[in-house]
Amino acid sequence: MKKIGLIVNPIAGIGGKAGLKGSDGEGTYLKALALGAVRESGRKALIAARMLKDVADETEIYTCPGEMGADICEAAGIDYRLPEVLYQGGAEDTIRAARVFAAEGADLILFAGGDGTARDIMDAVGMDTLVLGIPAGCKIHSGVYALNPRRAGELAVRYIRGQVRKIREAEVMDIDEELFRKGQVSARLYGYLNIPDDTRMVQNVKSGGTYGGEDSVEGLSDYIVDTWEPETLYIVGGGSTTAAVMKKKNLPNTLLGVDLVYEDQVIKSDCTEKEILHIIREYKRVNILVTVIGGQGYVFGRGNQQISAEVIRQVGREHIIVAASRDKMLHFVGKSLYADTGDEEVNQYLAGCMRVIVGYGEYVVIRVEV
Amino acid sequence: MGYYKQNRDFHEARWDEPFIMEMGNPGERGVLIPRASKEVREISGDVSELVPKGLRRKKAPVLPEVSQMQVLRHYMRLSQETIGTDLNIDIGLGTCTMKYSPKVHEQLVRTEKFQEIHPCQDESTVQGILEIMYKDAEYLKAISGMDKVSLQPAGGSQAIFANVQTIRAYFEDKGEGEQRNEIITTILSHPANPGTAATLGYKVITLYPDENGLPDIEALKTAVSRHTAALMITNPEDTGIYNDRIRQFVDIVHEAGGLCVYDQANLNGVFGLTRARDAGFDMCHYNLHKSFSSPHGCQGPGAGAQCVSEELARYVAAPTVEFDGDKYYLDYQRPDSIGKLRAFYGVPSVLIRAYAYIRSMGADGMKQIAELSILNNNYLIKKLLEIKGLSMPFARGRFRMEQARLSWQELTEETGVTTDDICRRIVDYGFQDYFTSHHPRVLPEPFTPEPVETYSKDDMDEYVAAFAAIAREAYTNPELVKGAPYKAALGARIDEECLTDWSRFATTWRAYRKL
Repeated sequence: MKKIGLIVNPIAGIGGKAGLKGSDGEGTYLKALALGAVRESGRKALIAARMLKDVADETEIYTCPGEMGADICEAAGIDYRLPEVLYQGGAEDTIRAARVFAAEGADLILFAGGDGTARDIMDAVGMDTLVLGIPAGCKIHSGVYALNPRRAGELAVRYIRGQVRKIREAEVMDIDEELFRKGQVSARLYGYLNIPDDTRMVQNVKSGGTYGGEDSVEGLSDYIVDTWEPETLYIVGGGSTTAAVMKKKNLPNTLLGVDLVYEDQVIKSDCTEKEILHIIREYKRVNILVTVIGGQGYVFGRGNQQISAEVIRQVGREHIIVAASRDKMLHFVGKSLYADTGDEEVNQYLAGCMRVIVGYGEYVVIRVEV
Repeated sequence: MGYYKQNRDFHEARWDEPFIMEMGNPGERGVLIPRASKEVREISGDVSELVPKGLRRKKAPVLPEVSQMQVLRHYMRLSQETIGTDLNIDIGLGTCTMKYSPKVHEQLVRTEKFQEIHPCQDESTVQGILEIMYKDAEYLKAISGMDKVSLQPAGGSQAIFANVQTIRAYFEDKGEGEQRNEIITTILSHPANPGTAATLGYKVITLYPDENGLPDIEALKTAVSRHTAALMITNPEDTGIYNDRIRQFVDIVHEAGGLCVYDQANLNGVFGLTRARDAGFDMCHYNLHKSFSSPHGCQGPGAGAQCVSEELARYVAAPTVEFDGDKYYLDYQRPDSIGKLRAFYGVPSVLIRAYAYIRSMGADGMKQIAELSILNNNYLIKKLLEIKGLSMPFARGRFRMEQARLSWQELTEETGVTTDDICRRIVDYGFQDYFTSHHPRVLPEPFTPEPVETYSKDDMDEYVAAFAAIAREAYTNPELVKGAPYKAALGARIDEECLTDWSRFATTWRAYRKL
């Protein structure tokens, strides 16, 4: 018997149809309703919830009252339980419910929403509870969401049946909605959540077993550590891939920040751009180590803004090391990576083909666009 | 005109058969060997004394003890639980080139002239098979445009391995062994290319396709350097798209001082139309069991041919078969050779079939193989793409050669039925499950058919009709498809995760019992 939490953010996605680019902030929500927006998230959650009917005997559903879950379960025809949560209205309710479900031992929390909802779930349960997003928001940059509601339902069913046992970290990303409504896109990496790892997309049955993202990160970390250059300052960007390298080197790491490493020591943790520019002056040889962030494939400009145009200009393109798992890079077949440093000259300097380390001594060459 | 069945009401035999290791009883035997006569025993002495002491077993091996009749029945049952290429329309195994293998060739292979020769026989007594092998190599030189051929490899991947060894030997001789430590390949080339390169210690650089579906030539320009040992590339790639810039690829790599290796495991689409050497390649290889027609599958029998230019001739795997104007012989006197790859001299049964195939097809016939397999494929694709939910999203509008990678993505989005589900369901219709994709799955929900030159229009129509029926099922009753197979030997679905979970792997009976 698996305990599954279901939380629906009823207002997620409402801004999109009303052309409001997101629904964060109460004012936006009311404005959207006034513009005649229809609540989409419930409908999308229902697609996934209906699929849980197949595994009803093996599942106990925890959900929230009304349109945050109970209505969806009723419509899907699945039994549910309403754990006691002190609801107070607003976005905080998502956090409160997720915390209670986790405390009650939920094996998996399914949540329907967008990037804002993913951040709420992250604030509530962090990486302690397995979660999976049903995409319902109007902006989805986070990797915690399945491709579509049906896939979310399918993956949940496979997890409940014990067919998916592996877990992987997925990015929680969001853009600043205030800036976004003004026409400026600036996504940030907020952290990670654990989701079931469905390897079906990359797994090939005929070859009789392959190795996935986890082994790839293991391999590339070993490789970067084994080829670590002496007497060189490394500017290590944020993200779980670079974190794996730091772990290999037995160094403390700032998951969402930039650390400076020289030989086997962290010189400075969680640096600002100013601090980086100040410190690199003292070193003859400097390398930048970054990973690819987000589904759109940013090498610079998302999640590591501290490594600014000026830093890149001083360090030089040939001293940039990009590493990302093989699975992640597969999303970019036929596409490009992006650099957005805010400085057109540096963006142009970064444009063109670049090597990305994907395993031990394994590279992919891919275009970087601006 | 034409005759095909929409539904053959197929049902495979299903026997709940134990492993052979679980069968039999102590003392049960297939053959009772008579005790040697006293006279013989006196001469031979104690049999166990014939085995050197250090090699003698202290305990008898744990082998199944089963009588002849029960063994026969066991394997007959297992044979009923497979769908061989002679039993079904085997179009689904794209990249495997499942063409008809003429039965007359089997008669050649099964004659006692071949069956009763031994690899340790003196060369003077096996001139016939040596002549066949020598001529195979000569024909392959003409087909590839290369200057030297070794028939040592037991299969395609071993031939690729031999080519990488040759790359290494060549640069070591040039004093550039340390420096040239990178091999470039493409994501849609066969995985044995990066695989063998990595096995031999090379760094592997993979190129992705650009928006046209061809390997990104700009990426190649960035990838080459003084570290480049070689480019290893398949063409057409798995997508069936022919890389018409291939000469430019070769030139870019040559300019950087690297070698170029053409993976021509499957020659079917370019047989008699293009030659590796003409495109500037230094090496190539053929899977002789594929395009040159041997019954293959389930790991053999295969044979690979390593073909190289004059400059690399001295490195090929030994022994090679040579002719001194008088007699054929095996040449081991090749001091620069990468050496032997396996016991004896390649896989002669496949080499005989390849010889017979080349002789019966002739030069014009070979060109026709390519033309027909391209024609067949384009007919098949056109018919398949009329099926709702199936598309060819990669590099839209580009011409496909002898195979194509299609995608069920639309059907999956709309019905939840995946390519793996359809792969199982097709068995209920009496076809072998199909090949989805080499690793990794670059295209979602892939399906890679290859109708080669030997399937008829009726065959292809019947094949397409089955998929059309499954697509209709997916849109009307998806659970039916997702629950398949129902009529196959294997009644229950296998948990997919066990295929990637090393902890549940067992390759021997002993390991299996430890699980």
